[in-house]
Amino acid sequence: MTDSHDKIRVHCEVNGQAVSFEAYPMERLLDALRVQMELTGTKEGCGEGECGACSIEMDGSLVNSCLIPVLQAEGAQIRTIEGVAHSAQLSALQQAFLTHGGAQCGICTPGMILAATSLLERNKDPTDEEIREGLSGNLCRCTGYTKIFESVVEACRTRKRGQDA
Amino acid sequence: MRAFVPDYQMEAPPTLAAALQRMASEPSAWKPFAGGTDLMVLLEAGKLPHRKFLSIWKIPDLRGIAASSTHVALGALTTYSEVRRDELLGREFPLLARAAAETGSIATQNRGTLGGNIANASPAADTPPALLVYDAELELVSPSGTRVVPFHGFWKGYKQLSLHEDELIRAIRLPRGTYGWMHFYRKVGARRAQAISKVCFAGTARMEGGKIGDLRIALGSVAPVVLRATETEQALRGARPTPIVIRAAQQTLAREIAPINDIRSTAHYRLRVAQNLLAEFCEIISA
Repeated sequence: MTDSHDKIRVHCEVNGQAVSFEAYPMERLLDALRVQMELTGTKEGCGEGECGACSIEMDGSLVNSCLIPVLQAEGAQIRTIEGVAHSAQLSALQQAFLTHGGAQCGICTPGMILAATSLLERNKDPTDEEIREGLSGNLCRCTGYTKIFESVVEACRTRKRGQDA
Repeated sequence: MRAFVPDYQMEAPPTLAAALQRMASEPSAWKPFAGGTDLMVLLEAGKLPHRKFLSIWKIPDLRGIAASSTHVALGALTTYSEVRRDELLGREFPLLARAAAETGSIATQNRGTLGGNIANASPAADTPPALLVYDAELELVSPSGTRVVPFHGFWKGYKQLSLHEDELIRAIRLPRGTYGWMHFYRKVGARRAQAISKVCFAGTARMEGGKIGDLRIALGSVAPVVLRATETEQALRGARPTPIVIRAAQQTLAREIAPINDIRSTAHYRLRVAQNLLAEFCEIISA
């Protein structure tokens, strides 16, 4: 027999919108996002914080949503891949991934974009080494990483050109 | 098999006092839960036997880095990212900054905490070798007050803590006594990013006219606990690090550590690498 307990109600902000949902306190935020909110852009890879497919931003920090119990999302500001584009306008990073073949099967792509977005928010002009480190928590089994890396480099360049203009 | 989450309870007491009271109300029932980077992995694997958790993540009294003239105190919830960003730690405790940078990914560094790294008590943890080398002390708090204990000896055995059931780790205190010493940290894993260590070596030393005036060495993943290699230190203290002296210290180190075969490496490899890192440490501090 199990000793089950009650669900709690969690209130948070997801991609700029206030949401509230019921869940068991130690349910994974990943599942709440995907199942309850139907934000299936966030992927599950390993379920143990190794692969980064479930990367989101929570209160401005990159986190693995598979390792966050929903109770800890109470009051949090959350951004998922669905909140990266501005309406129909892709972010410079998303556009660069498209242009430079940074996505193949697509499972790692939302996490890669979130990790890269988070890096560029902390560090406007990252070195190659800093880009590699920023992406090191995200595994890809298709691309060999080179095109992903180049996409991020290109997005930095595009942004710089935009600022210089 | 995945855990059945309805079986698990979690509460988030808003203050340190409330958390301590909750823990005291049902001795041993409530386990503290910080960033979740270790506990959620166990949950997902269906290997989390404990059922009741107190989320302490938002308790202000467990956060923050504060420096006095003699110590730097880091709240138990100080994340690896916060360690990496802190200028004073980077300057005076570079091994800790380096260990934080070598721990997991950015996402893990944003959630993993020093207090959690200590309480989880993995012999392969990345920050404890640095904490041991810096003679860290732990500030433990319970409803009956606060006590300060050395981190050295706090781990009694594999995953065994000298922590009373009503106590929380409030802060980690680092004495500011090694500023200007030489620092050496090396984590050896399967790959550079995100690997769990096969061997981890942290050392600091002060040279005096070609001799090792003082030194401290700690190693991870070579014993049931992260180990301060006091006998090896003794073999080198006051000595000129000649090849003969280094060779003898390597032999002392072999007696002092107890590496095993496991999923990540072999006892033989770990011993050899630990000895090689000791030699490299000696060469670097005397160069």
